[in-house]
Amino acid sequence: MTFGVYVHVPFCRHRCDYCAFATTTDLDPLMGRYVDACIAELEAAVEGGELDAATSVFFGGGTPSRLPPDALARILESVPRTRDAEVTVECNPEDASPERLAAYRSSGVTRMSFGVQSTVPHVLAALGRRHRPESVPRALGAAASAGFDRVNVDLIYGAAGETDDDWERTLHDVLSFAGAPGHVSAYALTVEPGTPLAADPARHPDDDVQAARYERTDAVLTAAGYRWEEISNWALPGHGCRHNQLYWRQGEYVGIGSAAHSHRAGRRWWNVRTLERYIAAVDAGRRPTASEELVQGERRALERLMLSLRTPAGVPAGALPDVDALVTDGLVEREGERAVLTVRGRLLANALSALLRADGPSPSGAVGRARYPALP
Amino acid sequence: MCPVDGGFAGPHYDRRTVSASGVPAPGKVPSDRIRNFSIISHVDHGKSTLSDRILELTGAVDPRLMREQYLDSMDIERERGITIKAQNVRVVYRDHILHLIDTPGHVDFGYEVSRSLAACEGAVLLVDASQGIQAQTLANGYQAIEHDLEIVAVLNKIDLPAADPDRCAKEIEQVLGIGAGEILRISAKTGEGVAELLDAIVERIPAPRGDRSAPLRALIFDSAYDQYRGVVSSVRVVDGVLGTRSRLRFMQAGAVHDVEEIGVRAPDPTKADELGPGEVGYLIAGIKNVGEARSGETVTDASAPAGEPLAGYRDPKPMVFCGLYPIDGDELPELRDALDKLKLNDASFTYEPESSHALGFGFRCGFLGLLHMEIIRERLEREFDLSLIATAPSVEYRAYLTDGIVVEVDNPTDLPDASRIDHVDEPLLTATILTPSEYTGTVMELCQSRRADMQRMEYLSPERMELVYTIPLAEVVVDFFDQLKSRTKGYASLDYEPSGYATANLARVDLLINHVPVDAFSTIVHRSQADVYGRRMAEKLRELIPRQLFDVPIQAAVGGRVVARETVKARRKDVLAKCYGGDITRKRKLLERQKEGKKRMKSIGRVEVPQEAFISALRLED
Repeated sequence: MTFGVYVHVPFCRHRCDYCAFATTTDLDPLMGRYVDACIAELEAAVEGGELDAATSVFFGGGTPSRLPPDALARILESVPRTRDAEVTVECNPEDASPERLAAYRSSGVTRMSFGVQSTVPHVLAALGRRHRPESVPRALGAAASAGFDRVNVDLIYGAAGETDDDWERTLHDVLSFAGAPGHVSAYALTVEPGTPLAADPARHPDDDVQAARYERTDAVLTAAGYRWEEISNWALPGHGCRHNQLYWRQGEYVGIGSAAHSHRAGRRWWNVRTLERYIAAVDAGRRPTASEELVQGERRALERLMLSLRTPAGVPAGALPDVDALVTDGLVEREGERAVLTVRGRLLANALSALLRADGPSPSGAVGRARYPALP
Repeated sequence: MCPVDGGFAGPHYDRRTVSASGVPAPGKVPSDRIRNFSIISHVDHGKSTLSDRILELTGAVDPRLMREQYLDSMDIERERGITIKAQNVRVVYRDHILHLIDTPGHVDFGYEVSRSLAACEGAVLLVDASQGIQAQTLANGYQAIEHDLEIVAVLNKIDLPAADPDRCAKEIEQVLGIGAGEILRISAKTGEGVAELLDAIVERIPAPRGDRSAPLRALIFDSAYDQYRGVVSSVRVVDGVLGTRSRLRFMQAGAVHDVEEIGVRAPDPTKADELGPGEVGYLIAGIKNVGEARSGETVTDASAPAGEPLAGYRDPKPMVFCGLYPIDGDELPELRDALDKLKLNDASFTYEPESSHALGFGFRCGFLGLLHMEIIRERLEREFDLSLIATAPSVEYRAYLTDGIVVEVDNPTDLPDASRIDHVDEPLLTATILTPSEYTGTVMELCQSRRADMQRMEYLSPERMELVYTIPLAEVVVDFFDQLKSRTKGYASLDYEPSGYATANLARVDLLINHVPVDAFSTIVHRSQADVYGRRMAEKLRELIPRQLFDVPIQAAVGGRVVARETVKARRKDVLAKCYGGDITRKRKLLERQKEGKKRMKSIGRVEVPQEAFISALRLED
């Protein structure tokens, strides 16, 4: 059985103006108390028998590399995990010193994820990122030297002023650096409500431009031997991210820290969003849970389909009405009894997800789970 | 009166008794003391103000209770400054009983006007001295003359600086043959000349001539539905006596009803025991539907019936049709209920269920004209809180098929296949336009662009021109009046009457979305305009239809031949790039909302079209 633990680290040096994550730039003095609270939450969960041994642990943020490496190590020590657990830490390239990476390595971290975004200076500036392009090969080299053979880079396309050539250059740079990553997450810049970016329509990316860049990304990465793992993720064989796959397979995980999300057996819950409230709740011996929902029956089946549709596993062909027309339109391919999105279909996954039905004719012998819980 | 007005609710009826000193009670008034008249006037020429002044001057309404447009009871009437339902009021002046019969003020209600005139011996022709006589006033004036009514011509608003009573008087003399010297000059606003007008009414308009001992014959010239009392009809006794104990036969409807109540409006409803020849009042006879007491109906005594009904009755015939659909399909029962209720009060519109592939279930409705259509729709939305889509207005075509069958087509989708059609006739109007002569050119241009044939053209005065055209009704229902107004700075006026049918080179334009015809957009137009119309609609739809998962062709076809093609390019991207730290809930909820949103879309084949796109496309008016 797979089981994941996600640890949210909400601290950032600087808030990027497209970011809608739960992050903070001015509460670094609370770091120590926050780490203690995470450990306390973990210990309470262990005592309550709520944690299985994790097959994957993921430190995400925010900026996990804002935490001193020993603080991160203390949290990781509190996470019960299997011997071969995948342990990922997100890290800004400018933070990726050999010392830090060595410390991560020795505390049990197995995988690094660098927030590269772009290798083109004016694009980085437009995104509000503070690192210089040179820090990227340096970080990749340091990771390799520290013994990390599982590395991801996060990329973002669609910043204001970015051209198709800029994006192409970023892709080629990332693939050509020594210590090139086995996993690439390439995200279309998304305008999230409430962000400074949302308030500035002049910088909003155009869907058609974004679509073209996505198609180009898939072509470049596929040519380099990567295979799509999910809409925005590609990996070389054997380099898939176990933790992310858990999400896409409706798997079970517990989130630790402010705003972290958890899922067990159709119960989804999430912690309070701000770190002050999180610390206050844990210090008071309360659960930091903000809210929860029970996803059962048809909704759960639909959720599973929706997640699976974003991956090469696809969905049972019967879950998509008029699937033959979608094949004709070039949005979907049939793989036996499964329907899998084409590159064009991936770009329209939202609309296609809205077509999904959980009560479609259920095929036999399909890959993955073909039967769904009975409708309520 | 619509149900919500409740104008006849309870206490009104019992509050007053007829006891005005020196005035004979209803039923006992000698005919020579009665004067029945209506006011013929154009919108805004001051009819309602004059009515208000008359009510004041004769003491009919307590000055403290006076409000403007006293006789216009519907909100829509007050807002638009027009009279839709005929009203009547009984006032006393110089020992005479005057019955003022207020007539509807719009060309759509021409038949109602004629019934109101039939209840009178005279008409006050009221003309704004700053504007001169308008087409409809003239048409109604001719109609009054045909009914042998005595015309008392009056120039109103003489207090206005722009008033030009001499010119207007000459015009009236020219077109109606009324001596300029006989034309009164008043200001209904200030009251100047109103007493003299009442004097003229008493002196010039003949008293009614009726035979008190003859079998009862009374003319119904209006009926309204009251939720407490049922149908309340306005009635003019011609011969005999209408008494509370009568058992009445409605000669056109062929029904018999017992009188529940009769009375006069003074202007508050006031019960009476009887109404004699020449008198005007109201009648309540336990009728639940105005369709059974239509304008023009003759009422007689069931036990001693008259031999012949009064002349002039006509079944109202709808001229303009459109489909009305609830925007929310779940509101269909409410729409049906609302139509049923309005029908109680307005026998002149028709409706029957129809279904549209694009719009779902709704009703095909027939109206007397465009204003009538607008009013009904507005009342449905306002009084019954419905949101409606209306399809483009259509007229009733006659398709002559090659096998000799004739089909009446009021919905373009019902037009048989072109191969089966020998020819199609369309309804025509005789339209009379009065315009300041400086606009003659632009008016003629407009008429020519609408396939109109000029019949006559005449100067009423050096400044004013009368143009008479034969014009297809279909050309008038599409914003003709608005165009006329805007081209003449609002000075031209229009009147029209049906003028038979004529064969025309007509074609149906269909709009196809992804090769599927969308019935709601089908229209019958003249072949010369078909391509232009098709192109315009196709362009419009391209803008309105959201991008889909695939390219969507939009085609306009005339008789099966594609005349325009547009493409809604496929949407390329909508996917959410990432899930935040395992936050699946947010993504799922977004997709659940999206799924919910799909329910508000209409599917045309595989294309999802939001309701708003239909509404916007059908609003195409330029």
